[in-house]
Amino acid sequence: MSLLNTGVRPPARLVLADGRVFEGVGVGAAGHTTGEVVFTTAMTGYQEALTDPSFSGQILSMTFPLQGNYGTSLFSDESRQVQVRGFVVREMTDLPSHWLSVHTLHEYLEARGIPGIAEVDTRALTRHLRSRGVVMGTITRDETPEQALARLRAAPDYASIDYVSGVSTAEAYDFEDPRVPLGVAPDGGPAPHVVVVDLGVKRNIMRILRARGCTVTTVPHDTDAEAILSLRPDGVLLSPGPGDPMLLDHVVATSRALVGKTPIMGICLGHQVIGRLFGASCYKLKFGHRGANHPVRDEITGKVHITSQNHGFAIDGDHLVSPVQVAQVHLNDGTVEGLLHREEPVFTIQYHSEASPGPNDTEFLFDRFLDSVRSLRPGVR
Amino acid sequence: MIGQAAEFDYAGTQACKAMREEGIRSILVNSNPATIMTDEGVADVVYIEPLTVEVLERIIARERPDALLPTLGGQTGLNLAVDLAEAGVLDKYGVRLLGSSVRTIKLAEDRELFRNLLHEIGEPTPRSAIVESWEEARAALTEIGLPAVIRPAYTLGGTGGGVAYTEEDYERICKSGIAASPISQVLVEQSLLGWKELEYEVMRDGNDTCITICNMENLDPMGVHTGDSIVVAPSQTLSDREYHMLRNSALKIIRALGIEGGCNVQFALAPRPDVVGWEGAGETDCLPYHVIEVNPRVSRSSALASKATGYPIARVAAKIAVGKRLHEVENAVTKRTTAAFEPALDYVVVKIPRWPFDKFISGDRRLGTQMKATGEVMAIDRTFEGALQKAIRSLEFGSRSILWQHPEWGDHPPLTATDERIWALLASIRRGVPLAEISGDCGVDPWFVERLARIVEMEKRLLSEDLTPALLRQAKRLGFADRDIATLADRLPQQVRALRDEWDVRPVYKMVDTCAAEFDAVTPYFYSTYEEENEAPPTGRQSMLVIGSGPIRIGQGIEFDYCSVRAARALQEAGIESIMANSNPETVSTDFDTSDRLYFEPLDEESIRDLLENEAGEDGEAPPSIVQFGGQTAVNMARALHASALPIAGSSADAIDLAEDRGRFGTLLAELDIPQPPGTAVTTLEDALSTAEAIGYPVLVRPSYVLGGRAMEVVQDANELVRFFAAALAENTGAVLIDKFLVGPEVEVDAICDGETVLIPGIMEHIERAGVHSGDSMAVYPPQRLTAEQREAIVDYSTRMALGLGVRGLMNVQFVIAPESDPTGPGVFVIEVNPRSSRTVPFLSKVTGVPMVQLAVNIMLGQSLREQGYEPGLWPEGDLVAVKAPVFSMQKLVDVDTFLGPEMKSTGEVMGVDRSFAPAVRKAMIASGLEVAPGTPFLISVSNQTKARATALIRDLHEAGCRLYATEGTATLIQELGIPVEMVTKRLNEGHPNVVDVIREGTVGAVINTIEGGRADARRDGFHIRRAATEVRIPCFTSLETAAAAIGALRAGGDYDVRPLLEYRDGDGQ
Repeated sequence: MSLLNTGVRPPARLVLADGRVFEGVGVGAAGHTTGEVVFTTAMTGYQEALTDPSFSGQILSMTFPLQGNYGTSLFSDESRQVQVRGFVVREMTDLPSHWLSVHTLHEYLEARGIPGIAEVDTRALTRHLRSRGVVMGTITRDETPEQALARLRAAPDYASIDYVSGVSTAEAYDFEDPRVPLGVAPDGGPAPHVVVVDLGVKRNIMRILRARGCTVTTVPHDTDAEAILSLRPDGVLLSPGPGDPMLLDHVVATSRALVGKTPIMGICLGHQVIGRLFGASCYKLKFGHRGANHPVRDEITGKVHITSQNHGFAIDGDHLVSPVQVAQVHLNDGTVEGLLHREEPVFTIQYHSEASPGPNDTEFLFDRFLDSVRSLRPGVR
Repeated sequence: MIGQAAEFDYAGTQACKAMREEGIRSILVNSNPATIMTDEGVADVVYIEPLTVEVLERIIARERPDALLPTLGGQTGLNLAVDLAEAGVLDKYGVRLLGSSVRTIKLAEDRELFRNLLHEIGEPTPRSAIVESWEEARAALTEIGLPAVIRPAYTLGGTGGGVAYTEEDYERICKSGIAASPISQVLVEQSLLGWKELEYEVMRDGNDTCITICNMENLDPMGVHTGDSIVVAPSQTLSDREYHMLRNSALKIIRALGIEGGCNVQFALAPRPDVVGWEGAGETDCLPYHVIEVNPRVSRSSALASKATGYPIARVAAKIAVGKRLHEVENAVTKRTTAAFEPALDYVVVKIPRWPFDKFISGDRRLGTQMKATGEVMAIDRTFEGALQKAIRSLEFGSRSILWQHPEWGDHPPLTATDERIWALLASIRRGVPLAEISGDCGVDPWFVERLARIVEMEKRLLSEDLTPALLRQAKRLGFADRDIATLADRLPQQVRALRDEWDVRPVYKMVDTCAAEFDAVTPYFYSTYEEENEAPPTGRQSMLVIGSGPIRIGQGIEFDYCSVRAARALQEAGIESIMANSNPETVSTDFDTSDRLYFEPLDEESIRDLLENEAGEDGEAPPSIVQFGGQTAVNMARALHASALPIAGSSADAIDLAEDRGRFGTLLAELDIPQPPGTAVTTLEDALSTAEAIGYPVLVRPSYVLGGRAMEVVQDANELVRFFAAALAENTGAVLIDKFLVGPEVEVDAICDGETVLIPGIMEHIERAGVHSGDSMAVYPPQRLTAEQREAIVDYSTRMALGLGVRGLMNVQFVIAPESDPTGPGVFVIEVNPRSSRTVPFLSKVTGVPMVQLAVNIMLGQSLREQGYEPGLWPEGDLVAVKAPVFSMQKLVDVDTFLGPEMKSTGEVMGVDRSFAPAVRKAMIASGLEVAPGTPFLISVSNQTKARATALIRDLHEAGCRLYATEGTATLIQELGIPVEMVTKRLNEGHPNVVDVIREGTVGAVINTIEGGRADARRDGFHIRRAATEVRIPCFTSLETAAAAIGALRAGGDYDVRPLLEYRDGDGQ
């Protein structure tokens, strides 16, 4: 076998809707793919990112040049499938080294039908996206740039599509993971029951809750409040997910009916839904926040936390209704990163405290959530 | 010193800048004059004084500072802070300790306290025991088992430690470790050989915000000191979960230690389940790890991390120490975000240590827990292969490219950890050794081995296929140098370059911006790569390139970085854009705000030409290059630049050649009627012998164009000449120089010439006689023993030579004073001229106040000395005496002989300055660890040749009340002088106590040992004496003159002054 893949990989190109073309070689599955082209600056965690439902509908470019170094494992998927539409890297190795690795990244993508492109000047792509903003793009092997561009222009725009219904579970289920035994509840009492509304949930959220002694029921995005409350939850978590929060009126309505009835934690898309509920409008960021190094300042403690982020939309805090306040802000651009309801046990974060990929610095927020769950449990209050 | 190199100059300089930005008055103390931090305009007050509690207390009493910041001066700074606190000095003067508390310093440094703390917070450490005697060590072995690692407490670079595989090793290393530790304490621990080794650089502010700056993975697995390891940033083989598991641990530790500032945590991580005997690894996705070491301060690794990420750790740490929060400090790179974030890299960084084994051929090349490297190089690329290959080029090993192989390597090159392992790995792959076997043998992760295999596969393609544009481009993307492609594809390097031009295979330059291009950044910090988009177009402003000096090595230390940094500043002050090229991550010159543009690149012809072409742009002209500040590295570029019609600022390539070519230079001196020792350049042994015969022995034998006196010898007779000639010729620089060896004091000057006039800032007189390399000599400014006639001759010769050579800028001349050989003249002979700045430039600039580099740069820009306000001739001497003394790292290099000779061995320097000679030399002795206390018993063993000269010294010692011990012949001599002496035998197998016993047991406190000319057997004779003295860290004088100076200082007694340098120089009124 050639270690250099000489002549093995076919030429491929990434064509952007604005006409910019990046040349490379095809990796992963053959065929072409279209999506919104975004980049993440996280240096590790490609498998977790590929399977993060928040990337649904997007072509993901990694700014770190070497991908696939530690292969792919049976345990690193964050959802049931690869969620990105396509994958763009500078270099993809076929020589991974890790004791958990079962397949190369190329094999992994190929088996899941996901096209990718390697040998791309991904730094040039990042610079392009940061100055121009995110843009639709397509990966192709056999078309001319003109052909690809024509096809791309006929494709629907990212923002117009409801991705949540595509990634959410169709049926409610109780989350189990043999590798994560049920932990001891914070108060040592019976396991709290947390209902996770799946807008595109990552498994690690459910693992963390389970490890903290919670039983977890995950329900489809369109489950109404009555159905959720009938599960007798001790707390409800609105999960992260893909796309424009303005498409989620039904989840806003559900949330409205839950506030005051049960503690709520909202993450990412879940945070945006709660924001809308309390009067905030949403807008699209130029090139989003995607990476594992985003500094967020807690307005109450003054402390800065390094967070894992993956969002293209943000909420505008200007019109928030009174009992809800902005509790955390992004240090780089001042965007709203967390909300706090001063009267009810409701708080939200724009970033991913469940990490995977990324830093675990804010995992304590799950404890904060469970504290409110505990204090409101029957018999404890 | 090894373990404390230029990185602390970088840290200290950054800290001073940070203090200035915060409006805080900074008082800096350092004994090293070669540093930028001790330069004017960095700190507010500068003391160049020995780093002792006594000196520090006097400074504190005088300056009454509010606080002491010890975390930026390496281990020396921390140890001194603890000593000052324990001596009550800090309390007495109400000085607050910033950054780390004494408790924190002790927690991290005292193995037992540290281990207890880690266990309290649930962080794993290897099985270990702390022992303070051999008996305790022996008892601990049962629990720990072999192999075991032995680490002495409180030593630099792990001095005195090692890995023991057998019980005999264990006993030997434990005993030497206990001896090396200032508190006689060593840690013995379970060996984690073969585990992955990782480091995290973390920071914390007073509000408990914690961040990681960078993680790094060692290519060499556990067992090799991290300073001796090839290091990659960021880690390459860790999954996301592992990366964050270790990151969590590092943050937990910095919080538990309560550090406000930077901290470095080293980890070992099991690479596979079988290593730890885990069968059911399905239960987990993370294998066990151990915390190995924590440095509660800015370290060598943080300098590397700063350069690898663009995040200025020392600057931010200094701001945190004075109370700023991370989010209140601006990110100097993006100018719009803050220091509270974690850098994202979009490239790969490779660091390779630079070891001194090219100098110390007899040294033990095996690498272990004791650091041996003197410096390091770093390279950046978008692939690991590219970064590795550029790093290897940056080592400046001349003939040792990636294709190098040891001639004695068979089918299985040795894969043990040595400085040659990376080449042995490549050679093994070339020979077809299965990759899994290679990785299994040496523990280097398969990922790295497979990357090397890709390099070897490309080698084979280049050997066998036609060179096409696609193949050439692919080879360049894997980092292949033109020179190696040429070798493999059977072409000349210039042909490969021509093909690259023709096929448009050129590097682009990308920016190091801390944020992986997420934000628009203003850092002018670039690396080359073979991709599409170039981010460093020419700026269109008038600019000049300063070529730096590459890795710190023996003969080329931070003195040259000082010159490069000053050159960049001088250009900026003159309104010219300064472009810096260098490959050394430890230095101030590679700080991105030292110059207007920084290229982090190998300093070889290919890279320099590439970046100059980039600066020239499509049709523009390349900026002139300044080659005279970066030591021999830079000056060696002159020829290549000239050949490529690239402009050189200052002395022309021809002037440089005229000074360096022995024949041409000899002719010039004859024309100028300036004497030099008779001699000539030869290429055959026959010519060498007849030349030596004609001029008479002793003769000095040396290869031409060689740095730091490598393979240079003083030869007494024809037999020796035969032996050394081969070694000199093997240096492969063409000719060998054979010169009459004139015996006498050496004198050195630096001169600045504008083509019309010549300024001589100062004359420096060496304490040691000719024959000791000038870099290893103690130098005194102003000279104490020269006659007026000799001074005039030195000034006259220097002036005429500078003009005759056509020097524009700096020049360094070395003279020997030998009146007997010149009965009719002043007795001044020229030994050597270097048409560039020398290692004495920072020293001389500081003690005279003449801004030598700035003057030289302005000359290159067309300003004469007079226009700059300087008259020709010798600069008036001030009311001070300064002594520059070398510092050696011999404790770290087992099997290296410590005697001073024509080959340079020192790795650093210190300075003692005072109003007169005796206190100045005493301070230099204190700072360089050669101070002799009153009444110290001496062991003396001098060669027959030096016995006559030794008698005065022996009398002095006796009069100073020192008890004398001596070997057989010397004892007889001393008895004849009527002085009491105790004879100790130098025959190690004939009874006790012998010479080594009296040293090891502490009977004597200093050693004088001289050797017979260049006789190798004579060297062997005294080797045990010198080695033993080095190991127990007592002064060992191998030159009678150094000993005489030390004893003179001792006899003079009296006090020394402690003042800021400027007061010595410019008088008390300032």
